Amino acid sequence: MSNVALLELRHVSRTFGGGGIFHQRPVIALKDFSLTIDADVPSITAIVGESGSGKTTMARLALGLDSPSSGQVLYQGKDLQKVSRGEWREYRRGVQAILQDPFGVYNSFYTVDHVLTTPLKKFRLARSADEARKLMREALVAVGLDPDVTLGRYPHQLSGGQRQRIMVARTLLLRPKVIVADEPVSMIDASLRATVLVNLLQLKRDFGISLIYITHDLTTAYQISDRIIVLYRGEVVESGPPEQIIERPQHPYTRLLIDSIPEADPELRWGDAALDEVDIGDEEEEVALALSRDYPEPATSVRASSNSQNSGGREHE
Amino acid sequence: MLYYAQGPKAEGSAERVGLASDGRTPVLQVSDLRVSFPTPRGPFLAVDGVSLDLNASERLGLIGESGSGKSTVALALMRLIKPPGRIESGRVLLGGVDLLSISEDEMRSRRLADIALVTQGAMNSLNPVMRIRNQVIDGLRAHGERLDKAKANASVDELLRHVNLKPEVADLYPHQLSGGMKQRVCIAIAISLQPRVIIADEPTSALDVVVQRRVIQTLLKVQDVIGASVILIGHDMGLMAQFAQRMAVMRHGQIIEVGDVRDVFANPQHAYTRQLMESVPSLRKPGVLGAARA
Repeated sequence: MSNVALLELRHVSRTFGGGGIFHQRPVIALKDFSLTIDADVPSITAIVGESGSGKTTMARLALGLDSPSSGQVLYQGKDLQKVSRGEWREYRRGVQAILQDPFGVYNSFYTVDHVLTTPLKKFRLARSADEARKLMREALVAVGLDPDVTLGRYPHQLSGGQRQRIMVARTLLLRPKVIVADEPVSMIDASLRATVLVNLLQLKRDFGISLIYITHDLTTAYQISDRIIVLYRGEVVESGPPEQIIERPQHPYTRLLIDSIPEADPELRWGDAALDEVDIGDEEEEVALALSRDYPEPATSVRASSNSQNSGGREHE
Repeated sequence: MLYYAQGPKAEGSAERVGLASDGRTPVLQVSDLRVSFPTPRGPFLAVDGVSLDLNASERLGLIGESGSGKSTVALALMRLIKPPGRIESGRVLLGGVDLLSISEDEMRSRRLADIALVTQGAMNSLNPVMRIRNQVIDGLRAHGERLDKAKANASVDELLRHVNLKPEVADLYPHQLSGGMKQRVCIAIAISLQPRVIIADEPTSALDVVVQRRVIQTLLKVQDVIGASVILIGHDMGLMAQFAQRMAVMRHGQIIEVGDVRDVFANPQHAYTRQLMESVPSLRKPGVLGAARA
């Protein structure tokens, strides 16, 4: 068993649209993406990219919420398209999600206990109410929350950081093998982010759970991951150990990403020179202009002299 | 000559807002501002006695986490607090005139002309069925600028150029633009009447880092061109370090620390400020997570 990967995405692609009455060009959200999560050594893999890079599509595929257009997603060597019901159930327990929004996942009419009792019931993890109580308390203690203060509270009585840590506790109850965390700290205040990230690190260290950490934030990826995969427009542009990616980035997009991070040091500013140097009239503008030419112009429009040099913008599509 | 391309405001406009001619008087003086919202347990002071001076052409960062009252300060300065919230007390002197005591009509004429606001959701406030050009001209005309068609179009081109957008963008609709482009259009509208003060409330928190950098650098550039003072409100220490000259830290409706951005970063006085500093992950230091990493 040992050389069978725990979770594997094998040459996975996902496209949306195409065809239909609007004759839209299909959007390739993810292109030929491969990722292997080793079964023996727990790891933290960071998938870094900006909006539209395909990172959430990747998360949905890894979580079984979506199926690939081509390629395979395998759990313990079995293709998810072909697994039995039992195997699917095992997969759903083994691969857990922590999502971005620690506000939306809670039903405000229930106490926070609800998100913890539901998986216990669903997967029949406890034989008695006392045991359920004990498991919940243990999970909360593991993420640094005091069960006496936390249980019985309503979501609005807790901070974003606390709610997200309860979500970590929830996944912990299920003892998953892999956690897919999609932007788990981006909606949490900066001073509380570290507590959640430390929890995620502990999952790996104390419970041997592997983590797929999906983020737009290269700095936290650098700090907690064992390897970083940089996605740009659905394609992997660079992957490797964090030190290599940050210190010796090969792809221009990775370099741009690193250069754009606002360093929290007034002595290290982006620099005034960069103002003129960075081409702010950018490719997104070219794309918007190119697309706009596909629409007929109303007769009343006040159009600035159309500029032939922009016709090349179409190739950015 | 384009009417707004005059560089920093001339003496004439200083007189309009009653600025002392020596230019040493702060452009904006906020004193003892209190804003309350009623709750079942009595009024909640979202802003609890904020005093702040903003100098001419200064870039001030106002940092705080959610619920600290920073956005409420922005809305109070614009007099946009919606009932049942209300401004309990305080003065907001913009060049000698207390914005909190003038009539609503007078305030309306001062918004955009003297003090402009760009918010995180500003890009969603663009009219979806109106071309960018007309939206920019709308703002100018609403404030009594008399512009013929050619002059208005020239103004739009110039404003878009300031925010590094091509003139062709003027003929697009908002849905054809990306988030970063829309925020830059909003900045163009914000500077269209050369306000003395621009309040930017998390203008980039919905944007990617690369786009964020472009928007912030655009803001830096236009601030320099029109000589406005800018209050950048946010929760990102990195952005503050990049943008601000002076920084104020807010917590529980109060400003707990103000100072030169370098001083605050090098030597934070308040425990909470230190906590904020330490929580910022960096590519250059291991930070708090370094210890936890096995």
